[in-house]
Amino acid sequence: MTRHHSTVFWSGFALILALLIAAPLILPPFWGRFLTEILIWGLLAMSSDILIGYTGMVSFGHSAFFGLGIYGTAAALLLVDPPNLFLAILFGLVASGLVAAVVAYFSTRLQDIYFAITTLIFSQIFYVVIFTWTSVTGGENGLAFTRPGLGIPGLYVVRFTPEMMHWFVLAVVAGSYLLLRRITQSPFGTVLQSIRENEARTRAIGYHVEHYKVVSVMISGLFAGLAGVLYALQNQFAAPDFVFFLVSGETVIFNVMGGIGTLVGPIVGAGFVLLLREALSRFFTEYYLIPVGIIFIAMVIFLPQGLLGFMRRWLNR
Amino acid sequence: MTIPWDLIAIQTVNGIVTGMILALVASGLTLIFGILDVVNFAHGELFMLGAYIGVLVLATTGSFSLALVAATIIVALLGAALQIVTLRPLVGRDPLTTILATFGISLVLQNYALWQFGPVARKIQEPITGHFTLFYLDYPWYRVMIALLSAAIIGGFWLFLKYGKYGIWIRATTQDRVMAEAMGIPVPWVHTAVFAIGAGMAAASGVLFGPLAGVDHAMGLAWVLKAFIVVVVGGMGNLGGSIAAAIFISLLEAYASIWVSPSQAVIVSFVVLILTLLFRPTGLFVPISK
Amino acid sequence: MSPPEPFVEPLVEVENLHAYYGKSHILHGVSLSVGKGEVVGLLGRNGVGKSTTLKSIIGLVATRQGRVLFGGRVVTGMPTHKLARIGIAYVPEDRRIFRLLTITENLRTGLDRNGVSESRRRQLLDRVYTYFPVLAERRNQPGGTLSGGEQQMLAIARAMMLEPKIILLDEPTEGLMPRMVSQIRQIIDVLHRDGVAILLVEQNVPLTLEASHRVYFMEKGEVRHHAVASELDVNNPVIHQFLGV
Repeated sequence: MTRHHSTVFWSGFALILALLIAAPLILPPFWGRFLTEILIWGLLAMSSDILIGYTGMVSFGHSAFFGLGIYGTAAALLLVDPPNLFLAILFGLVASGLVAAVVAYFSTRLQDIYFAITTLIFSQIFYVVIFTWTSVTGGENGLAFTRPGLGIPGLYVVRFTPEMMHWFVLAVVAGSYLLLRRITQSPFGTVLQSIRENEARTRAIGYHVEHYKVVSVMISGLFAGLAGVLYALQNQFAAPDFVFFLVSGETVIFNVMGGIGTLVGPIVGAGFVLLLREALSRFFTEYYLIPVGIIFIAMVIFLPQGLLGFMRRWLNR
Repeated sequence: MTIPWDLIAIQTVNGIVTGMILALVASGLTLIFGILDVVNFAHGELFMLGAYIGVLVLATTGSFSLALVAATIIVALLGAALQIVTLRPLVGRDPLTTILATFGISLVLQNYALWQFGPVARKIQEPITGHFTLFYLDYPWYRVMIALLSAAIIGGFWLFLKYGKYGIWIRATTQDRVMAEAMGIPVPWVHTAVFAIGAGMAAASGVLFGPLAGVDHAMGLAWVLKAFIVVVVGGMGNLGGSIAAAIFISLLEAYASIWVSPSQAVIVSFVVLILTLLFRPTGLFVPISK
Repeated sequence: MSPPEPFVEPLVEVENLHAYYGKSHILHGVSLSVGKGEVVGLLGRNGVGKSTTLKSIIGLVATRQGRVLFGGRVVTGMPTHKLARIGIAYVPEDRRIFRLLTITENLRTGLDRNGVSESRRRQLLDRVYTYFPVLAERRNQPGGTLSGGEQQMLAIARAMMLEPKIILLDEPTEGLMPRMVSQIRQIIDVLHRDGVAILLVEQNVPLTLEASHRVYFMEKGEVRHHAVASELDVNNPVIHQFLGV
């Protein structure tokens, strides 16, 4: 990064961060929570961008990572007393990590559309298992649990206010963005992008493409699981709907609309789509998804690079 | 454990019936993939719309055959329109874009159906009443009829492909799109026609399936998933393979439902898919080429 | 350097054509012409853009500058299937017959056009089977079962089904035995007698000089030289300049 680019980037980042920190204090509660949700879905979409935008692997499996992250958190909060924030995060990451490991294995054996369909099937396998194993997962009705406090259990614990929850989520998402940015700009990230451009050539140069894909899937899966953990903490509710493949579809929509390969684009995409849904649902009441769908199709045809696509090179420098 | 032979026999028949309908759905899907290279996520919704049109036509005219024909034609035309408007502009682009476009179409169609028809399921009455005795059960004739009709449609299409003038155009386009164009075959229109045919087949399946279960806006989801599995297991673009795979998977699921609930029986198809992808990724029913 | 005028009315005219494969600039302003019923050769080393020139004429390669005229009418950018229907046939370098279709079905892809009566179709089929008895024998067998030489016959026969005014022939004798090569030579004569123009891309110099009226020489994506074929023989320094190693 040139010095000038660096200054512009960090000033922009700081400005947006400041706005997001101030937001819950200015916005009415509904919009405050709405913004927090945007950040969580944004993190999920960002994790998916690692696969789609940087490694060139289309995946419809993020609902599996996300959903397992939610249920992992639920497990920690329901099984361990008193509810422990760190355990919740740990369980969520482990659960999604395990799924990611399995998907990672398949990523080395399958290409393109076959990989995409397999990831979709995985989501559905988990969906069916969770839906029918009512005794453990609560089946259709899902699980409700209480949010743990922030702090060290036994020593000092303070309850989350909505503002604190928002700042916690913001900290995690912002931190994730910076971490992922570091990763994509590292030599490792460069190899991933080379795989996206031309896998055969990358392999011919001598890189173990399989290893890179596995790591890429693990990273993507863990951050998606993290988004699931945040979602569980925010909403205190787990349901099989989050594992259904439609969630993966929506995630891909956020990615494409925001701009793949930009990391921050998917967050913007999530915000854009969620705001659009909210706005249209007021005009069209029940069937707002029809205009959303039409706008989405129009964007795929006419604006395939997404809202932030024009900034892609700049953001990756 | 005593083997419930009678249940197995009944489930065999059931499996073949649903297998034939699934074969019809999957045929359309594999055709579209084989010739247009498009993964049609909206295929389940075309199935669903076909079923709804069937409901409406049946309600107004009382004729099942009219419902079948009308639904097929209307959805075929809709399919052609969709292909021209949303898929033609995407030719030559990243395959992800067509997946996304068809996903968007499926969203729109699903919610359109929800809007127009409401969330309550509708029913298509059995076209012919009457049962015959299969072991201790009264097995409805219409199920057999549905299986035969599906087979007839698939058979008719196969004949069209093999002998018709346009059948040759489609086969040539499938094998070598560029040379087909160089021979004067209007390939863009062949693509539109194939999409329309695939859509029509999905719609016909929807009408045929209607009497077996309710018709609702979400019925397409389960079917598109199963259809994808069938297409992959049967070999992408392989018509015969899809039919074999459809019956194979439906039979396995039917047998599984003897011991577990139907919503759990679907895991069977998932397992078959994963095994196929691991060991015979080109398709279970496709001979491994040298 | 002005090209020697064709002895007849021009059928296909290529003017300053630039063509690209993605970002690669392959043709840097190709100009040539083929007259009605003329046999014109296109010679040059591998990779100079001879095949690309043919592909640009039939609309299979993106062109950005320059134009192609057919019978005086600008056809640059016209879709391939329309070009085939107005009379430009293409026989590619690797034959590319439809392997899973029978020989008859292969031929039918060109026969089943609008405005061709059933009797005319019979006529065309019978003619082709007379010229290519081996195809007549195997008419119901899949194209993929034919040998290389037979596939070349089929590819040319298939193009003839379009009743074209010009056939773009890309390296028809490549990989063929001498007996087959002379058969190809005869077919070119037959086509010429029928009044069909031919733009022939070849590595086989003697055959090209013998069969063509005029030849163009390409180098690095451009036409650099042209001559009347009868004024050249294989020892001419021009041949060595554009085709030598």
